[in-house]
Parts: sequence; structure tokens; C-alpha cells
Amino acid sequence: MNTPVMTPISVSGLTKSFGRTRALDGLDLTVRAGEVHGFLGPNGAGKSTTIRVLLGMLRADGGTAELFGGDPWRDATDLHRRLAYVPGDVTLWPELTGGEVIDLIGRMRGGIDPSRKAELLELFELDPRKKSRTYSKGNRQKVGLVTALASDAELLILDEPTSGLDPLMEEVFQDCVRRARRDGRTVLLSSHILSEVEALCDRVTIIRGGRTVESGTLDELRHLTRTSVDAVLDALPDGLAALPGVHDLRVEGNRVRCEVDTARLGEVLACLSAVGVRTLTSRPPTLDELFLRHYQPEATR
Amino acid sequence: MSALTGTRGLVRLALRRDRVRLPLWVLWLGLIPPSFVSATERLYPTAAEQLQYARTTGNNPTFLALYGPIHDPGLGGIVVQRAGLLSVVIALISALTVIRHTRTEEEAGRRELLGASGTGRAAPLAAALLVAMSACLVSGALVAAGMIGQGMPAAGSVAFGLQLVIGGWVFAAVAGLAAQLTVGSAAARGLSLAVLGAAFLTRMAADAVGGLSWLGWASPLAWAQRLRPYAGERWWPLALAVAAVVALTWAAGRIAARRDLGAGMLPERLGPADAAPRLAGPFSLAWRLHRRALYGWLAGFTALGAVYGGLAGGVQDMIGDNPGLREVFTRLGGASGLLDAYFASVMGILGLIAAAYAVSAALRLRSEEAALHIEPLLATPAGRLRWAASHLAVAAAGSAALLAAGGLATALVHGLVDDRLRADLPKVLGAAMVQLPAVWLIAAICVALFGLLPHLTALSWSAVAAAGLVMAFGAGLDLSRPVRNLSPFTHVPQIGSADFTPAPLIALLTAAAALAALGLAGFRRRDLALG
Repeated sequence: MNTPVMTPISVSGLTKSFGRTRALDGLDLTVRAGEVHGFLGPNGAGKSTTIRVLLGMLRADGGTAELFGGDPWRDATDLHRRLAYVPGDVTLWPELTGGEVIDLIGRMRGGIDPSRKAELLELFELDPRKKSRTYSKGNRQKVGLVTALASDAELLILDEPTSGLDPLMEEVFQDCVRRARRDGRTVLLSSHILSEVEALCDRVTIIRGGRTVESGTLDELRHLTRTSVDAVLDALPDGLAALPGVHDLRVEGNRVRCEVDTARLGEVLACLSAVGVRTLTSRPPTLDELFLRHYQPEATR
Repeated sequence: MSALTGTRGLVRLALRRDRVRLPLWVLWLGLIPPSFVSATERLYPTAAEQLQYARTTGNNPTFLALYGPIHDPGLGGIVVQRAGLLSVVIALISALTVIRHTRTEEEAGRRELLGASGTGRAAPLAAALLVAMSACLVSGALVAAGMIGQGMPAAGSVAFGLQLVIGGWVFAAVAGLAAQLTVGSAAARGLSLAVLGAAFLTRMAADAVGGLSWLGWASPLAWAQRLRPYAGERWWPLALAVAAVVALTWAAGRIAARRDLGAGMLPERLGPADAAPRLAGPFSLAWRLHRRALYGWLAGFTALGAVYGGLAGGVQDMIGDNPGLREVFTRLGGASGLLDAYFASVMGILGLIAAAYAVSAALRLRSEEAALHIEPLLATPAGRLRWAASHLAVAAAGSAALLAAGGLATALVHGLVDDRLRADLPKVLGAAMVQLPAVWLIAAICVALFGLLPHLTALSWSAVAAAGLVMAFGAGLDLSRPVRNLSPFTHVPQIGSADFTPAPLIALLTAAAALAALGLAGFRRRDLALG
């Protein structure tokens, strides 16, 4: 928020209801220029609703949403010159070919580079001559991706763009996103594929039930979670169980296993090495664990 | 597992999904023909009048081409001729039903779900054919029962019912085969309609052109006619139909049992890899999406206009000394000249059909929105209003083009036949074009619903239906003036009549503009209703 006008996406306290359903309940999201921002949440958490508010398709009930400092509802036409969007469910006109759709949307955005289009078609192994009605889910998704990636938009808004893609294509997609970042573009990547977010994103916002539960760099988020420690020691240390930040301690003979709040890791290791460590394995939390921790019901966390 | 495993379940699924649609068309097709009996009796009460009609109007080349010959110059024969187009209608409906339950399901991926749960390869085809053919049979039985119920001879009535069954069965089987051959459901529909069109044209030529009647043996629609209901029934053409159904079904079943899911026998044609330079915005996209349907409607309006033009010369003969008909016509169109009244009345019908087109084109706004096609478009700088205007432009200009085509065709054919082209062209064309404000008003109702109550947009069909009811029964049932005033077509002034005034047209246009503006303002302010 240092330069608010330049911030591509800035959302705070956003609310939106559909009838009695509260889809967004005070959501915050800030995407800085030049970063790849992961937007994580289970189905129904409000990812697509947020994106549609940002695109001026839905009108927010409360809170603020800004796109490049502008109002996504009022200034939709001007703002849309600066972004490209891949919907979560790419549906195409059955009578048009994939190539025609790519050109059409590209031209409506303000032009498309034919050589870039050709290159992307080859990378994604997509036949642009087929009528859209014959494309599989994955191929429709590729049409959406080629359209967005072939554009020169400053901001790419990708709503679960890789659903239906096979692992090889997932790899191609990740390369394209990295290239977009090298080119200085900003990417909002909504996803529930954690490995993808882990591989690509500089910062992550995790939402649940229409509200933001975590936001920060991956390192920052990991810091808030626990590291698994498994050690065989010369002797059992006193007071390990009493140390703050140690959970689920299990002791079998000289073997100690526990979960440690990552922020307290140093103190725990000092306590272990004080009695002598024979073997030690520690595993940082994966994003999966991070994610699951946020989505488990309150009581079992 | 046999190829037919699971057919019973699929039949039940199809009946469940069509629980409204299927009974509606079965009843409609079954009840319409018997209703012609009393209507015909009212107009031509005596045997002599019926004979007179059968010799003159019934033998008019336009009637022969459209409906087929009159085998029996009495009540039964006249009713059978008047129902002549219904075998085309039932053929169309049953073909579309079969494709909807076979290829469309496969295309949508729902078949895959079932295929994985113990459904035989040919079961979907068998179920679709069973459903469509049983429905045709019920319609046919209703026709036979309805005719017998009105005291018509039993054998003739059964043959009459079988006419419908033949049309429905043969084209259900044609569609069953087409659904196996092509990859897309649109292609399957196109192929079936092409076969139906060819069969219809063949029958037309056989009936209307002297010396070509042998050609009829090539058309299943002519086989149906040649059962000769009420005119010394001949049953053996049934064998031809049954043989065709068996052969087509056998071929379709063989392919269904062997081909891959999702594949066809005819290759899917590839399209262009790049869009034509013109395809660059909402308007060119809208034109691309609507143009094929519009061409079809234009062809239909031209054909219908030609028929109306061809019939115009016979109007005087037809009505000639029949006081009942004369009264109906003068009430329908005003009292100034029988021919003017005729043109005003048939152009009103064209106007109603043009309104149906305009609504179907304007409804594309809603279907594009619900199908999420609107999402990628509105994420570009194309604004909402420009996008909406693109579809409405097609609806407005398309309906104008349809009326112009219908009016022109009527005037040309009438002019060529009766050598009055110069005198009648402006009048007939004018009679067609004055319908336009009423057509646009009905389309504007659709726009208003779309903008304000998007989930109820389909209700705009009820405006078309209401106008149709008023037009069909307003004069006959002596509906009260306020009720008739509900239809915009009631307010269309008659060209050429002494009391013609443009005021109602201006009022209709103003109302249409106001409703459309209301709808567009609503659309600009509301959330997109996606899905």
C-alpha cells in the first residue's frame, strides 16, 4: 500500500450477498505490481465472486474494491484495457473454432500478436481449427489461457486456470506465468492446487467463508505453522513438554517426535542439543498442511 | 453385458426429463386433426359444397404442393388434406427428440457418466427410439379415436392416424442413424432436417407437377399419403415404411455398438485457425451467431410469402359464395375489399411469426449470459450496452428483413400469377412493414424482462402466445375489445383502408423504445446473473 494508486488490486472489507447467502463477508486482498499472487480457498469460499466484483460483473454491497486505483464497476471499460481474464469455467460458442475465439477476444482487448499466439498454441498443443463444441474441458481451458497469455495486459486474472489440464500442460502453464512475471506483469492466480501456488506465487491470500484468513509471503505463512521434528537423543531432556510451542509430543525410549511452532523452533532445538542429538529429521510444513489447518473445523486445529 | 442393457432405465430417464414437453406435443398433434372436422363442416355443411371445395381450392397447385392431394372429395378427404403438414411436423419433432436423447447427451458428457455405470452401447439409441416412436403411436391413436368419435369411418380413421405414425417413425429412425454418423448434435440435426426437406420437396414435386407422381415412392411423406384414408384405404405402403424403419434402425444399432463414445462415422470438418479480420467486436460476433438462423427464417418467410401470394388469386373463388368465410374475412381485416382484407390478415400472421423470431433473437441475451459466454466478452473493454445492442440490432433488423422478404415474395408471386405487380407491390409490402412496430414492441417486452427480471426472460414467449391467441380467436370468439387491445397487432392500421392513420404506429414505437430503454437501464445496473 506504499503507492496506492499503482496497486493493481486493492480490496478491503468487501461484502456481497446473494439473497440470504453471504458470499463475501469482509474480504481483504492486496496484489502488488509485478507479483504473482496466489488466491487460495476451497470451492465456495468466494474466489470467483471476488474476481467478478473486480471485473465489474457484480456490484459489491459494502467495502471497497479498487483496480489500478479505479472503481471496477464505474470504470469497467477503461480498466479492462489493462487486464486479461481466464474464467474458471471457459465456455465457448460452439460454432466458432478455438482460433477464432482467441482472435476475437484478443482484438476486443485491443489487438493480438499472431506470432505470440502461434507460439502459445504450439506450447499448449492446441489445434485452433476445431469447432469449440468438440473441445474437451482441458482444451477449452487452453483456449482461455492462450487468449490471456497472448495479450499484452499488465494484469492477468486467472480463476482456477489449470482445472482440466494434464501435468505436462501444468508445467507449460507454470513456465508461461514465470515468463509473465519476468515481463513485469502482475498475476492474480486463484487456485486450490497448492503445489501450483507453492511453485509460482510470491505472496498468498487464503480465504474461507468469504473472508481473508491469512495473507503474506509463503515464508511468512510457514512461520505461523508447525514444523515436524523427529529426533533420537542420548537422553530425554527435562521440561520438553513444558516448553512453549511444543505439541503432540510422543516419546518412545530415546526417540522423540513432536510438532513445533515454527517461530519457537530455535528454543526447542537448543533444548534437544543440550542432551545430545544422534539423529534429527525436521520437515517444514507444506502448504497443504497450512491449508488444511485453516479449513479444519475450529476444535481440531 | 448386452448392448441394450439399461434401456429401461434410460427410457424412464427420458420420460422424466420430457414429462412436460412430450405430453404437450403428443396431445397437440393428436387433437388438432379431429378438430378440423367440425371446422370444415361449419364452412362447407353440404356434400355439394364439399365437392365444390375439393374440385377448386383443394386442387389449387399451391394447396397440392403444400398439403398433398385430396383423395376423397368429401369431409374425410378435406380434413386429411388440411392435416397434410402435420406428418412433416411430427417427423420434425420426433427427429429432434431422438437427437436430444442421443447425440446431445453424448456431447454434453452425460452419456459418459451412464456408460460407466453398466449401460449398453446401443441402449441410449434404443431408449430414444422407443420413447419417440411410442409417442408418435399415441398421437396416431388419438387421431384415429378422435375421428371415429366424430362418426368418421373406422378404417379411414385408422389410416389417418397411421399417416402421422409413419412420418414420426421413419424420421425418428433417420435421426437415430444421423446421431450415430455425425460427431456434433448440430450436425445430426442438420443431416436429419436435410433428409426431411428432401422428402418434403420430393413429395411436393410428385403432387404438384403432372407426370411426376412416381417420384412419390422415393418420399416417406408420400407413402403416408398413399394410405388413402377415407378413399378406399390401401395398406401396403405401410410395409415400405416399416422396412425403412427396420433398415435404418439396424444400421444405426450396428454403428452404435461398434463406434467409440463421442466419435462419429462422418469426419468433423475443421474450421479456420484464425478469425476473419471482420470478427473483431460484439456486433460482428452477434452477426456470426445469428446469421445462420436468420437465413433459415428468411427462407421460411419467402416460402410462406410465396404461398400467400399464390393463394391470393383464389381468395375470391374460395370465399366466393360461402357467406361464413366471407364474414370471417371481413371481420378479420376490415370491410374495404376482400383482397385488402386478405393481405392485411396474412401479413398479420407474418407479423406474429416475425415477433417469434425477434423474441428468439433477443432471448439470446439471456442465454449468452446464462451460458457464461458473456464473461470473457465483458472482461474486455466492450461495455455492457454495446454488447446488448449487438444482439438487439440483429433482432430488430432481422425481423424487418423477414417482413420485407415475406411481403416481397407475396407481392411477386401474386403479381406474376395475376399480372398486377406494379399496382400491388407497394400495397402488399406496406401491409407487411406496418407490422414492424408491433413486432418490436413484443421484442422490447423481452428486453425489459431481461434487464429487470433476468431469470424470467423466457416469459416473453407468453407475449407472443397471447398475441397469437388474440389473432387466432379474437374475431371468431368475439373477445371483448379490451382483451383484444392487449395484443399490439390489434392496433396495426390497415394499409389502403380509408381510415388509415400513422398514430397507432407512433404509439407502438414509443412504447417499444420506452420498454427497451427501461430494460437496458436495468441491465446496466444489475449484477450479471451467471449460471
